[in-house]
Amino acid sequence: MIGRILSLGRRGCDVLEALGRSGLFLAQSGVGIPSREGWYLWLRQMHFVGVLSLAIVLVSGLFIGMVLALQGYTILVDFGAEQALGQMVSLSLLRELSPVVAALLFAGRAGSALTAEIGLMKATEQLTSMEMIGVDPLRRVVAPRLWAGFVALPLLTVGFSVIGIYGGYLVGVEWLGVFEGSYWGNMQASVDFIEDVGNGMVKSLVFALVVTWIAVFQGYDLVPTSEGISRATTRTVVYSSLAVLGLDFVLTALMFGGFS
Amino acid sequence: MKRSKTMELGVGLFMLAGILGLLFLGLRVSGLTFSVPSDTFRLEANFANIGSLKPRARVTMAGVTVGRVTAIELDREWYDARVILELDAELEGQLSRDTTAAILTAGLLGEQYVGLTVGGDPEMLSDGDIIRDTQSALVLEELIQQFVSNMVSD
Repeated sequence: MIGRILSLGRRGCDVLEALGRSGLFLAQSGVGIPSREGWYLWLRQMHFVGVLSLAIVLVSGLFIGMVLALQGYTILVDFGAEQALGQMVSLSLLRELSPVVAALLFAGRAGSALTAEIGLMKATEQLTSMEMIGVDPLRRVVAPRLWAGFVALPLLTVGFSVIGIYGGYLVGVEWLGVFEGSYWGNMQASVDFIEDVGNGMVKSLVFALVVTWIAVFQGYDLVPTSEGISRATTRTVVYSSLAVLGLDFVLTALMFGGFS
Repeated sequence: MKRSKTMELGVGLFMLAGILGLLFLGLRVSGLTFSVPSDTFRLEANFANIGSLKPRARVTMAGVTVGRVTAIELDREWYDARVILELDAELEGQLSRDTTAAILTAGLLGEQYVGLTVGGDPEMLSDGDIIRDTQSALVLEELIQQFVSNMVSD
């Protein structure tokens, strides 16, 4: 019995310690004046986490928009309200689906890769060697990845929304025959730039920070063995997905729940 | 640190695409316009019941949108709803004093809006005036009640 309580206490202390380490880690790698070289490092990471994630995000966005339009149409047509299709597709994408699905895809596509990359650097003692020659690995390795993720995910989310709305247009207007004017017109009448697009962007920025932070911290903090790397990569995807979905509920309640 | 031109180009295009996408969301999806907010003038109207009229609802004239509802508050003197309308400045001095305002519904289940109809009075409404002749929103329960009491009295 006492042993159980002891192990529970040890787990609690471990969790708190990890949280503290990750907070310090974020603060140390996030600040600092980017040098000219840091800019190139950032660019390289932007290419990796942003440009190369574009394909999967855009294809998913297109299909999600198309499915939304198809499902929405079959329900709305019962009420004779298929004119509201544009409104339904755009609001559900902008407020909810784009930030969340883009963040989940990003965690799977880029987050796990970041963890594995930094983890292997640690396992092969590249990070220690950097410290030996007087290069701060937090600024050299971690900071560019953190900032690249923070900038790339909101841009990917915008792409997701745009292509999703276009996918809805393809299915709703071109295939199912909703009047084009009412698709765009109802959308413009009901979407508010600050309220819907802006809040979606805020969500996306929060998710970007959380997902990239979890990814680089898991990589930096893992047990430097091959098993440790595989565990950390799994943890990155699991923790990021749970954090995104949980935070999404909190943010939605704050933004659209009417508490103000 | 070597860097390839194609990578820079890729990142540049990616960021450009993101910004263009945001512009698309602003202009095409949420219908923002860059035009400066046009001049407006205020009118007030008191309604016995506004139904589910909300701030930012449209104000129309012959079906054409000419302004919007800016605020709705309870008039503590008469205990009815005071609705503040903001109309295009072009209409200032063009609406006769006996203009009527009615709360209408778009379609069967649609949103409610204010419809204005001009009268024939030679005097015109100006900024801050009150529309006297108003028609409340249609409330389904009241309608049914009237119908039932008519049935009973028949």
